[in-house]
Formats: sequence, C-alpha cells, structure tokens
Amino acid sequence: MYATNYHRASSVADAVHLKGASDESKYVSGGMTLIPTMKQRLAAPSDLVDLRHIAEMKGITVSGGSVRIGAATTHAEVAQSSDIKAACPALAHLASLIGDPHVRHMGTIGGSIANNDPAADYPSAMLALAATIVTDRREIAADDFFTGLFETALADDEIVVAVTFRPPERAGYCKFPNPASRYAMTGVFVAKGTDGVRVGVTGAGADGVFRHAAMEAALASDFSPQAIASVTTDPSDLLSDIHGSAEYRANLVTVMARRAVAAA
Amino acid sequence: MTKVTMTVNGRQVSGDVEERTLLVHFIRDRLGLTGTHVGCDTSQCGACVVHMDGKSIKSCSTLAVQAAGSSITTIEGLAQGGELHPVQAAFKANHGLQCGFCTPGMVMTAVDMINRYGGSLDEKTVRENLEGNICRCTGYHNIVKAILAAASDMSAGRQAAE
Repeated sequence: MYATNYHRASSVADAVHLKGASDESKYVSGGMTLIPTMKQRLAAPSDLVDLRHIAEMKGITVSGGSVRIGAATTHAEVAQSSDIKAACPALAHLASLIGDPHVRHMGTIGGSIANNDPAADYPSAMLALAATIVTDRREIAADDFFTGLFETALADDEIVVAVTFRPPERAGYCKFPNPASRYAMTGVFVAKGTDGVRVGVTGAGADGVFRHAAMEAALASDFSPQAIASVTTDPSDLLSDIHGSAEYRANLVTVMARRAVAAA
Repeated sequence: MTKVTMTVNGRQVSGDVEERTLLVHFIRDRLGLTGTHVGCDTSQCGACVVHMDGKSIKSCSTLAVQAAGSSITTIEGLAQGGELHPVQAAFKANHGLQCGFCTPGMVMTAVDMINRYGGSLDEKTVRENLEGNICRCTGYHNIVKAILAAASDMSAGRQAAE
C-alpha cells in the first residue's frame, strides 16, 4: 500500500472540510472495498477521511411510512434489525448475503451504494424500492443516482448520509453468488409497492445495475413467477467474463427474478 | 507517523505507526502477538480475524489508525488463567485443526458466531458463518463439529450458572 494520511471526521461538515484539503483524498467508511484496493495499489488516495465515527450517519428509523437507514449503518446491523425485518424483510435478507460475517461487521450501506460496484447487492434494492439517496446537500432518486460502472451522481466531495424508502407491500431478493467472492453474478430485487412493480438487477449489466422494464410490465398485471418465465434479457447489454458469459447471465436474470418473486 | 492507542486483550497499548499500517501488522510486529495470522493478504481467508469492540473483523483489511480507540481481542486474549477458552478446548477435543494456520481466525470466528447465536447454532448456520474463513486441510468437518460442541457446552454452562 502506498503511503496515505488518515483523518477521522467528527461530523458530516467536518468530513467535507477535511476532504477539501487535498485533491487526491477519499472518504472511507467500512473500507471493505477501499482498503483491499489500496493494498493492491489499484487506489492510492493521499488522504483518507474516515466517516465511521459520525453519529448523525448511523442508525435505522421507521416512522410515518418511511424507512431511513443511516449511511454508516453496517450490513450486519441491517441484517439483524427488527425494524428492517418488519418493514422490508427482503432487504434484511439481502444484507445477510453480503460478503461474510467479518465484512458485514465493517461494510456500510452508504459505502456500498457510493462505490456502485456492478456486482454489489444494495444498488438493486435501491432501484427496486425507489429509494431516495440523501446526501449532505440534496436528495437524489435512486433512478438518477447509479450512472454506470462504479459511477454515481455524487460530486467528488459529496457524502451519502442516509437512504430512505417506503416499505413495499411485497419484496424479494435472490442472487447467484460467485462461489469465491460472494459478489452477485446476478442478483434480482423485486418490489411491489403503491406505485407498481419495480425490478432491480445487479451483477449482470454491462453498465452496472439496471431496472428490467419488460419484467416490471409483466409483473404489474400478474405478480407471480410464471408471469416472467418467458421474459428474456438481451445478452448484448450484459457483462461477460471468466465467471460467465452474457448469455449465461441473461438466463440467470430470469431464474433469479422468478425465485425473488416466489420469495416475496 | 501517528500515535495510536487502543485496548488489546484488556491492556492499553500505544505505538507510532505509519498511517498505512494494517491492524494485523500492528498486532504482530509492534505488539508481538503473532497468533493472528496473515494468510492470503487479499482479504479472503480469515486467518487474520480479531474482534473489534466485540465483533469479528479482518485485521488485514483494517488500518491500525481506524482501530484507534477501540477494544481489540486477539486469539491470545481468549484463554483465562492458563485455562483454554471453551472454543479452544472444543477445537482440541474434536481435532478441529490439522496444520493450524487458519485456526486462530477459525476460533475467533467461532467465538463471534456463538456470541451471536448461542445454543441455537445448527450445522447450516455454522457453515454459512464460516464463509469468510478458509481452511485448506480439514474439509471443515471437524471445525464445524468443534463449534457445535463449544456452542452446546457454553450454553449448558450458562444455564448451570443461572
């Protein structure tokens, strides 16, 4: 790992201030992606601004028909939260599948969505739940937030402080994990809410997480696994790598979506 | 260089470290606690697992400066008064190791999962919770057996104490 300087932020405002002091600085939350990436010298930030100790970014609240998860809330906390299990058990299930227990004790929802790894689990749920990404300066609809592989609508020094969403009537998540990394080779989150059905697909898209319009239309009139059994996905829009071809992933999208609907 | 202070196995320790120093290197090289191992160095094998504020983490994927102010427990902190921790005793009794390299991480992971699940641990849950720990010798069979035995012993002990 190249040398770096560490700063522990005490508040969101303090974090933005600390980050602004250097052009090559990065925020770190749980660090479960960033630290391994720095160890491989694939990232070399001059400064790290640690967001893990900012009280206003932690915790889960459910009130007025809205769920709010602080960005520094760990995957383990989401997986075990009785509030999340009651409001959206599929999201607690999703969090319980990320990485392994040690990663879940450190990794955070804010870090996951800000990094927008094309095989991360959370982005699919954010899209399907029509979540709002709350930052230190604005609110961004999930549909506008995820803009490509590892790309988001965030400005360089902008911080995700929370995500909010309305609990769905029904939701399900199913993923086919890479046997070694546990990242999604394909993961599908389906949610049925007052505004209809939304389907978020991660791990498969060549441009990252995406909504599946054909499946949403099919499920809107019939929310059942059979309704999407013959809905296909164009492989030319999907990832192809040593773990699986685009055609293989296209099939996985349908299989995972059917299982997610069955679980919802 | 920056000074970090943390509690390790109940003892307050301090040291000057480069800010890029990984927690595992601080523990091994500065504190001389070499029970915590570096296996893969790519954040996958779990030989480096320690507890930070009571939760299992990978000390190879955490900077020492990130752990400043926290309470760390390593494999050396488990046995009390010369007596093996029940999980260590169960690994010994069930032959839950062969070469032993992954064992510190396995034991720290086992203690963490028993803390979370207690006597309700079953084989499927144990295997799911071992996803972050790789053993290349045992095929996991006796590791799972040891963890289940320890969970059962510890919950029986708790009931007896009540």
